Amino acid sequence: MLTKRIIACFDVDAGRVVKGISFVELRDAGDPVELAALYDHEGIDELVFLDITASHEDRNTVVDMVRHTADRVFIPFTVGGGLRSDDDMRLMLESGADKITINTAAVERPELISEGAHRFGSQCIVVAIDARTEADGSMQVYTHGGRRPTGMDAVAWAQEVVERGAGEIMLTSMNTDGHQDGYDLSLTRAVSDAVSVPVIASGGAGNAQHMIDAITDGNADAVLAASIFHFGTHPIMDVKRQMQAAGIPIRMEHADYDDVL
Amino acid sequence: MSDPELADLDVIILDYGAGNLRSVVRAVERVGAKPEVASVAAAMDEADVVILPGVGAAADTMHNLRELRLIEPIREYIAADRPFLGVCMGLQALMTVSEEGGEHPCLDVLEGRVVRLPEGRKIPHMGWNRVDQRRRTPLFDGIPDGSHFYFVHSYFCDMAQPEDVVAVADYGTDVTAVVERGKLAATQFHPEKSGAYGLRIYRNFLLEHSGNGVSR
Repeated sequence: MLTKRIIACFDVDAGRVVKGISFVELRDAGDPVELAALYDHEGIDELVFLDITASHEDRNTVVDMVRHTADRVFIPFTVGGGLRSDDDMRLMLESGADKITINTAAVERPELISEGAHRFGSQCIVVAIDARTEADGSMQVYTHGGRRPTGMDAVAWAQEVVERGAGEIMLTSMNTDGHQDGYDLSLTRAVSDAVSVPVIASGGAGNAQHMIDAITDGNADAVLAASIFHFGTHPIMDVKRQMQAAGIPIRMEHADYDDVL
Repeated sequence: MSDPELADLDVIILDYGAGNLRSVVRAVERVGAKPEVASVAAAMDEADVVILPGVGAAADTMHNLRELRLIEPIREYIAADRPFLGVCMGLQALMTVSEEGGEHPCLDVLEGRVVRLPEGRKIPHMGWNRVDQRRRTPLFDGIPDGSHFYFVHSYFCDMAQPEDVVAVADYGTDVTAVVERGKLAATQFHPEKSGAYGLRIYRNFLLEHSGNGVSR
């Protein structure tokens, strides 16, 4: 049976992981490569790196990070932030990323999705959608890190990106993001039920129960979290054990490379 | 731990423009081999092991293999029962024909069709799925039955000769996960993205064929 994926997300600024990483056991808790290797070792299913600076000068730093991660981590990882052309995508994929994610650039020029899907295959094109449930109940797409409303309906946009070739959707609720109070279940369900591709729920994870809810009530195929893993309060395998106990198919093995090889 | 005998193995990874080449190279290096990336048929002459990686669409893959004049050499290499490992598209390309984006004749090393996954579930089939071993083979040494491996695909191999299928994964149907016939093995999942047990697949395959030399 296909398991539900638990994904950890790192915000990276000029090659350093930002936002509440507190691992005492790491020599350099800001090093994305060290963290990726640690999370892999601790049983994470997949990783996402979001380059939040995404300035042009920063590009080489990101490429280095992707290369070094691919050297040490043998699970899938996605890279996003400031990718605006299929050449930008190619650079990340050739450096070792398995998938790339685009958000604002896809809204501004939706052809970018089809160009990427055509050139590299749908399987590596993840479209990130930031959405807010408004006072009237409508679900609106935002860009520029959730600051700019687009007037587009989240479900309609999700269907369009799939039609254009997206292989997966990473859906973040601007209402719940950062509150650790649970995912936006109705938004997640509305989008997941409307598309044929996997949907990653993002924004609001505070504990394992939130992730269980996102899967059972929100129909998510994967759940993404940052802070609850980064602060070390919720060890990955603890979360996985709780999810498994709730009847969710979960990958429980997290074998050590040196033991197995 | 890496095995010293693997360092001397002549491992060729075929480069026909597949996107995940680097991951496969790194995985093979991680288990102790020193692979060479090549896109000319002559590179296979002295090879102990040839690996065909791949992601993307069948039509592009076959087009690229044709342009590089690799189709006949790959068929001859496999027909000589020399060690060959196909990964993901590198499995599907071995089939008779693929229905992905029309009818595309493939290498026809393994009889059967590459068909769309059944409706009713999310496509692509993406993520870690449980792999059930139908037969214990050396490829699974040290890998418990039912371990999870990472899949990403929308089409799967409907094998005309099911006895070649040594492992399956359930996704609305029994998805062909691992095929073995003689010294040919191929996986639908990505061992290079399947953690320690994935790397173990590479190690097992290379170890099985180290010291065998080339029959020439």
